[in-house]
Amino acid sequence: MQAKRYINYRRVVLTALATLLMVLLAFFAMLPFAFMFLSSLKPGQEMLRNGLSLTFEPGVSSFTNYAALNTYRDGIYWLWYKSSAIIMFLQTVIGLFFGSLVGYGLAMYDFRGKNLVFTIVLVVMMIPFEILLLPLYRMLIRAKLTDTYFGVVLPYLVPPFMVFFFRQYVLGLPRELLEAGRIDGCTDYGVFFRIMVPIMIPAFGAMTILSCMNSWNNLLWPLIVLSTNEKFTIPIGMGTTITPYGNAFDVLMPGAVMAVVPIVILYLFAQKTFIAGLTAGSVKG
Amino acid sequence: MQRQSANKRPRANPLTNPKVVPYVFVAPFVIYFLLVYLYPTIATIMMSFQRIDGPTQVEFIGFKNYERLFSRNYVQALQTTARYAFWDVVVLTSVPLLVAVLLHSKLVMFASFFKSLFFIPALTSIIVAGIVFRLAFGTLPTAPVNRLMTLLGQEPRDWLMYAGTGNLVLIVLTLWRWMGVNIIYYLSGIQAISPELYEAAEIDGAGAVSKFFHVTLPGIRPVLIYVITITVLGGFSMFTESVALWQQNNPGGVGRTIVGYMYLMGFYKSNMGMASAVGLTLLVLVLGVNLIQLTLMGFFRKER
Repeated sequence: MQAKRYINYRRVVLTALATLLMVLLAFFAMLPFAFMFLSSLKPGQEMLRNGLSLTFEPGVSSFTNYAALNTYRDGIYWLWYKSSAIIMFLQTVIGLFFGSLVGYGLAMYDFRGKNLVFTIVLVVMMIPFEILLLPLYRMLIRAKLTDTYFGVVLPYLVPPFMVFFFRQYVLGLPRELLEAGRIDGCTDYGVFFRIMVPIMIPAFGAMTILSCMNSWNNLLWPLIVLSTNEKFTIPIGMGTTITPYGNAFDVLMPGAVMAVVPIVILYLFAQKTFIAGLTAGSVKG
Repeated sequence: MQRQSANKRPRANPLTNPKVVPYVFVAPFVIYFLLVYLYPTIATIMMSFQRIDGPTQVEFIGFKNYERLFSRNYVQALQTTARYAFWDVVVLTSVPLLVAVLLHSKLVMFASFFKSLFFIPALTSIIVAGIVFRLAFGTLPTAPVNRLMTLLGQEPRDWLMYAGTGNLVLIVLTLWRWMGVNIIYYLSGIQAISPELYEAAEIDGAGAVSKFFHVTLPGIRPVLIYVITITVLGGFSMFTESVALWQQNNPGGVGRTIVGYMYLMGFYKSNMGMASAVGLTLLVLVLGVNLIQLTLMGFFRKER
């Protein structure tokens, strides 16, 4: 191998160009975060006057805006934060439970009607969910679930994309595990919870992050369901700080930063599992 | 196996009967489908033929909602959506593919670092990130993009005031937010291609471009179909990006999409019937475009 090593100038130039292109794209990906963070340190008045800029001004820039989050409208920002967190937790736990159950059932068993159910999963993934908002909302009114967290979670109880993903993942597992578990005296549900779930952990990891992302950033449906200011989620709440009469930048920018931080930390910790899991269960045929 | 035989356990729980078990696993989705998709779809179709003035005041009015559909605002929303969806599909399928191929090519140093980094924008709320984009493309001559324009010797612009430049900003926002997700989908497809195929192509004297078109592209066809399908869906049903840049109710209607128009009709003007008709045109549009796209991509041909 050593003998074959020589400097290929064409390759060096190509490497430099390709890496440079990636650096530029990385700059594009990170720039809004830089704007967001630097602006969060400036007084709102300054933002109104000069707009966004990539400057750090000693003496003007400070963390006082972050303290203002605690006092803005009696600390309503943290109530939005709590709402978002509760909804994210409910939606993710319930979605993972049912999504894995159904996806596993579709992949592990042969039964009449299986193809029909899977076809429905695929078709449903192609329907714009947005068109169902009006009748769903009327359903909520009748069930007296408007302005409740459960109402927000209701349309995501068995997320079709999770069913699809878990099915793909379980297709790659050996069916003999089910037989082995049965011989050991487990019921089929016991096999699922005790043997399969631990094997499916990478898939659960990927779906947890995806579900948290979706829920944390969801706007339209929570906007329709929730009507009490204190129950708003962060995206809705942040939306209310943008008004035609001027934006509350003092709250907007630090609020935006604080909204991004937890999910980025979650991602940085789990990104290896996440990307591996997403790749393993990804679309094949 | 013998321990479990039905004879020894006459009062066996029917739920653990092997014939029943699969249905128990799948039941939650079936119930969910009936409740969250089938019933609302039927209800939307019904409502589109109704005039609804209150929970009990419902009147069937035939096709009147559809006859009144093509107002100026609706056509404008349709144009906005179609223009956005077109560029969305073009940009969001091609750019991430190019990046994924480069990341896989071993030409890029620190490829896995870039892969992780490109994904980070997808973690943010579009509303929150959109605020930054709105300010970056602001009207002020001191807004970052306008400053850049001046630097390049161009006139500053009112980016968000016009449909064309507004669409450009939307596409930039979308590319920023979704690029990393599609890169990961593509990479998963590219990594699944057997390296021997590339070696064989090299022996046949294929260059990089030829390898891309004859090995990579056919190899990732299932992933490509998936990415195009979800991009079509996302493009036509876009709403949040538009709210982030223009808020819900901007007077000129610049940037208002079909979903935005549906929301306006249903929740601001309380015209549920008309809003349902608008929603159904979106459904027909999405399914129609995806059907054409899937046929062109040979999705239905693949049955062996």
